[in-house]
Amino acid sequence: MKNIGVAIVALFALSCFSLFVGVKEISISDWWQTPQNIDLFFISRIPRTLAVVLTGASLAVSGAVMQMLARNSFVEPSSVGTAQSAALGILLVTLLYPGSPLIVKMIVASITAMIGMAVFLAMISRLPVTSPLLVPLVGLIFSGIVEALTIFIAFQTEMLQFQGTWMSGEFSGILRGRYELLWLCGVLAILTYVVADQFTIIGMGKDASINLGLNYKQVVIVGLFILALSTSLVVVTIGMIPFVGLVVPNIARKLMGDNLRASLPWVAVLGALLVLVCDLIGRLVHFPYEIPVGTVLGVIGSFVFLYLLYARPAHAR
Amino acid sequence: MIEINGVSHSYGKSKILQNISLSIKESGITALIGPNGAGKSTLLSLMARLQPLQTGSISFDGQSVSQTPTRELAKTLAILRQDNALSSRMSLRDLVGFGRYPHHKGRPTAKDHKAVEEALDYFDLQDMSGRFIDEVSGGQKQRALVAMAFCQETKYLLLDEPLNNLDMYYARSLMKRLREIADTGKRSFVIVLHDINYAGAYANEIIALKDGTLAIHGTPQDVLETNALQTLYSMKITVTQHQDQLIALHHL
Ligand SMILES: Nc1ncnc2c1ncn2[C@@H]1O[C@H](COP(=O)(O)OP(=O)(O)OP(=O)(O)O)[C@@H](O)[C@H]1O
Ligand SMILES: [Mg+2]
Repeated sequence: MKNIGVAIVALFALSCFSLFVGVKEISISDWWQTPQNIDLFFISRIPRTLAVVLTGASLAVSGAVMQMLARNSFVEPSSVGTAQSAALGILLVTLLYPGSPLIVKMIVASITAMIGMAVFLAMISRLPVTSPLLVPLVGLIFSGIVEALTIFIAFQTEMLQFQGTWMSGEFSGILRGRYELLWLCGVLAILTYVVADQFTIIGMGKDASINLGLNYKQVVIVGLFILALSTSLVVVTIGMIPFVGLVVPNIARKLMGDNLRASLPWVAVLGALLVLVCDLIGRLVHFPYEIPVGTVLGVIGSFVFLYLLYARPAHAR
Repeated sequence: MIEINGVSHSYGKSKILQNISLSIKESGITALIGPNGAGKSTLLSLMARLQPLQTGSISFDGQSVSQTPTRELAKTLAILRQDNALSSRMSLRDLVGFGRYPHHKGRPTAKDHKAVEEALDYFDLQDMSGRFIDEVSGGQKQRALVAMAFCQETKYLLLDEPLNNLDMYYARSLMKRLREIADTGKRSFVIVLHDINYAGAYANEIIALKDGTLAIHGTPQDVLETNALQTLYSMKITVTQHQDQLIALHHL
């Protein structure tokens, strides 16, 4: 079961399958024979599948990192106000500098995401450690406030419809030229893997970190930086997607524990698989129409999460 | 050599430690004893830089804990805390392995793996090394945490009540092991102990704290003595002798 090769093969197979799902029917045997089909592949189908895989992996890895930084397994960037803060940043920059390039939006979104995360971490540092469920609750309230503020501003400035595209993520608009920023998420995920041990130690607590010679503050700041960047990259290109960062790291944790060095590859692959499956369901359930992936995940993710909350811990041996 | 100079500490208005100055010689076992709330854990956590010093200074071989980079200090000293509340879910082998982090910084070598295996062997953890820390008993968890601190292979090891949760077998074998290593002259241990008989049997010297002040700093003979114990613990304890070993009958 612990063979990640199997998971990678499954991801690859499913990705290939995803290439052949779409309004225009393309058969596996002759897709390369007409130039239109080849164009369709390289302009739409391949970018979409890559975007799904990169997004899923990035969301799951971000969730795992945030759970280490907050020392709580019930948080993820989109449930504690980080993604909402990024969306607020995008709205503000769009209002103040209409027509600014994507990269500027991205940078502003990262800054506001960073601020949102710092506020959240400052709030939870005052909570008693004995009640871990307070942490996600505070996060939910905080993200609710940021979201309400965003909607209020969007409403006042007649940007509501536009704002909706950042708020609920979907892949139907992904074409070549519109998803490439997500490769940066892949780079950030690899960077996370490189310093995985440091995040694992941070997850053991401040005293353990100092004892093992880590500069606690510095590692937390690096973590915040990675999280802010990858969250806002996903929000800018795809929009907000719930539950992936919550569910996937918790499954990996059950199986493999908290050692990120061992679990991160799984987290990334399972995250990609989950989003891919949900995207496929969204595309197939109501064919030829699409249900946004965020909606599908909202349903599936909440059930899986409830199961994880109530499932009895597996006892070794 | 550990040098503690004029260390005082307070939480809010309450003074926890008052002007503690002492020096601890190299290579040996130093027992830190005293009643509940005397300030033992506070002193140890200040020594291990887990909290910033308020007044005074502490240094290990001349390396001041407040000025030396924490990364350097992690190769000189390690601490096992008294309340080892660990929220991480980690296999015992991984946990013990993290004790090597200051040496390998995430890229373990054969030497690191060897140290981990030795520690697992020594603390009888091989059978359960794949189990998660939240799925073992209290004593097994304690052994894993001691093994982790051990694996860090620092010259100075500060252990806050390492015998907590251990049964008689593992308690004695841990103390014997520490004694053997101390006798090689390579490593020094400062151990908070509540059982003064362990302190008397295994320590070279004993430091006794009471109400945040240094009450006694001396040999086991100085401490295992009815009057000294009376002032420390406010109870009358008979001390007898078994062969050449002083025994306090504190449970009678
Ligand atoms: N975080 C804190 N805030 C306020 N007071 C504290 C704090 N931690 C410890 N104290 C107080 O400081 C005093 C010394 O505590 P410390 O933990 O050092 O005692 P100890 O000698 O280790 O006791 P024990 O044998 O029970 O472990 C106690 O009176 C305790 O109540
Ligand atoms: Mg204590």
